[in-house]
Amino acid sequence: MSESRGGPVTRTARRPRRTVAASLLAATALLAAACTTGGATSKADTGADDTTPVTITFWHGLSSPHETASVNAVLAKFHKKYPYITVKAVAAQTDDKVNQAIRGGTAPDVASSFNAANVGGWCSSGAFQDLTPDIEADHVDMSQIPKAVQSYTAFGGKRCTMPWLADTFGLYYNKKLFAKAGITSPPKTMSELAADTKKLTTFNADGSIRTAGFMPYLGVYGMLTEHLVPSWGGKWLTADGQSNVGGDPAFAQALTWQKSLVDWFGAKKLVTFKAGMGDEFSAQNAFETGKLAMMVDGEWRNSFIKNDKADIDYGTAVMPAADGKSQLYGAGYVGGNVIGMPRGAKHPGAAWKLIKFLTTDTDALTTLADAIGNVPTTKAALDSPALGLSKDPNFAPFLQVFKNPLTTTTPASADGGAYLTNFGHFVEKWQTGSVPDLKAGLTAVDKQNNAALKLGQ
Amino acid sequence: MATQLQLTPAPLRARLRRNRLRVLLFLAPGLVGFAVFLVYPLVMTVWLSFTNSNMISPARFVGLRNYRYLLDGDPLIWHAIRNTGWLVAVMVPAQVLFALGVAMVTARLKAGASLFRTLFYLPALAPPVAATVAFVCMFNPNSGPVNRILGLLGIHGPLWFNSPGWSKPALTLLALWGSGTMMVIFLAALLEVPAELYEAAELDGAGSWHRFRYVTLPTISPVVLFATVTGVIAGLQYFTQAMVASQVANGNIQPAPGYPDGSTLTFPQQLYIAGFNQFHAGYACALAVVLFVVAMAFTVVLLRRASGFDIEEAPR
Repeated sequence: MSESRGGPVTRTARRPRRTVAASLLAATALLAAACTTGGATSKADTGADDTTPVTITFWHGLSSPHETASVNAVLAKFHKKYPYITVKAVAAQTDDKVNQAIRGGTAPDVASSFNAANVGGWCSSGAFQDLTPDIEADHVDMSQIPKAVQSYTAFGGKRCTMPWLADTFGLYYNKKLFAKAGITSPPKTMSELAADTKKLTTFNADGSIRTAGFMPYLGVYGMLTEHLVPSWGGKWLTADGQSNVGGDPAFAQALTWQKSLVDWFGAKKLVTFKAGMGDEFSAQNAFETGKLAMMVDGEWRNSFIKNDKADIDYGTAVMPAADGKSQLYGAGYVGGNVIGMPRGAKHPGAAWKLIKFLTTDTDALTTLADAIGNVPTTKAALDSPALGLSKDPNFAPFLQVFKNPLTTTTPASADGGAYLTNFGHFVEKWQTGSVPDLKAGLTAVDKQNNAALKLGQ
Repeated sequence: MATQLQLTPAPLRARLRRNRLRVLLFLAPGLVGFAVFLVYPLVMTVWLSFTNSNMISPARFVGLRNYRYLLDGDPLIWHAIRNTGWLVAVMVPAQVLFALGVAMVTARLKAGASLFRTLFYLPALAPPVAATVAFVCMFNPNSGPVNRILGLLGIHGPLWFNSPGWSKPALTLLALWGSGTMMVIFLAALLEVPAELYEAAELDGAGSWHRFRYVTLPTISPVVLFATVTGVIAGLQYFTQAMVASQVANGNIQPAPGYPDGSTLTFPQQLYIAGFNQFHAGYACALAVVLFVVAMAFTVVLLRRASGFDIEEAPR
């Protein structure tokens, strides 16, 4: 063997290098694998007949004291039915926390969300488990849940969440201010809404707004585009999942109506007024304090007004329909809480029992719906004589919206509803007068949304 | 090499090996930490930036797609880049100059120096979220005290955090208010400048500007450089205050990143939204790689420009 630094030394040097390279590759592969969460829980492990005492964790987003107390009361009923299952409920949890827990392998057994827009991302990524095997095994009657509600709780053929009470949106109006302005009934068309807004609005001596008849500035409280466009019949996505805001004239029509009202007030005056409106979910809410005469909001506001002990004489109505689209009067926007079993749930059998109980048990649904003022999501619960809300005239419009077949929602997308985020930024520009060509702008938003949808594929 | 090793006595070689092992042993905690908390995340971030990862299901290699989307697809990224660029170009220098100015004033105070130093430092102790919420309330154009005071002076105050044109200046005011830590570092450096240098400069007829330019600045230049580099990196990573201010100013329970009109949307916020809200972790990693490269480039450029200039001239 040569003593030179050529052959032998080089060969011996290469071997470790190859070994190191192979080790690095293997380590990288292992590390890459470590960046995804553990495998989904086996559906065979449903534990249907297992009565071993178990404690499961349930994260939900409700945070007001009256809401958490109501949830706990329903969970007590669950524990009575299944004494071997103890539920540890954790309130005020956000979707971001749920996502992080799933990624970190510390997900709760059951999680709920206010934001159905995330269902697409959860179903397509496998973050939440497909509940179909459990539904089929237990013969759950899905026809009890209206089609529109079924549509926002599943994505891509996977039912990874169930609806846990729904939210519908309507118009709240201050009866005292209506009477003062000589208005006898809530508006039924968007032209009437604009006219009533002008009658109800009062200004201070310096020109600033004292009382706003209606807040047309999008992004304030419940005044969001998704709650407005159903009055024009707008559809966010096409049947094949492509962005449709430029293709559907309803969006341009809705934004044109909205901008004309913003211009009547003056955008700067509205922004100044908005800054002093008080927190949305507090007793300082501008509608509850009488600074806002009409507003778009969810059915839950009834419950908040009661709990805040707001000194206000108010009424509710379905959203006005766009002029010439009277068939849409009575329809509106529906969304709602969703509940599911995250990937990595430690007790899937007990978790499914809780999900089934909360989403299909008539007593559980009516109890919680009455307590927190949400719309129950099964037909049996809606028709139940035990549902106290059905006797409340201020709740009736919201049940009407829920039952209307033309009621729409924001469809799930794999990117967690990024199309709404992009649209929101566009709307900010639009209402401050920075968009010269609305049609071209909306077409550009379609292009951006479609590019974002492709990114995750 | 083999010949050299053969010439080395065996006991000496063994001692050398033991020494190396001992050194490695002492270095091990640091090396392990470096590998686990820096090298591993860095390598993984670069790798994931070439995938469609959502951090939940297995990732698939997608080549440069995330980088192409960054350049020609993301409708908000240029907003974010412009805003972050503004913060680095305006907020960071303003913060350094303000902290230096306050430090110089408090360094010269004869009476009540400790009180004023404490007062100027106190805001830095406030948690960023609480401080931002308080600041947005103070600058509320409708009910905040700032516009009321301006109104008493006959000035019609702006919309501050509710105005696309004023939101970043308002964030800058927040940063100035909270620059106590930087002020204390400058103060320590200023108090270290030898008094005899000032006396000599005065004897030579140097005015206050020349004393600052030719005595103070060269002496404290390493601290200025440190403040600038860390300030630029913090500016590039600016997140919490912008996120909180936008949501509080918007008054809606829903997060409103960038409100108003995208003016407070920073690069790290867009990264967070992509990775944690929109399930585009791969794209978020691409943004993180770009942020890392830019931060590194800034640091290298600043260090190179500084070397051989003021630092070398600094008196010892």
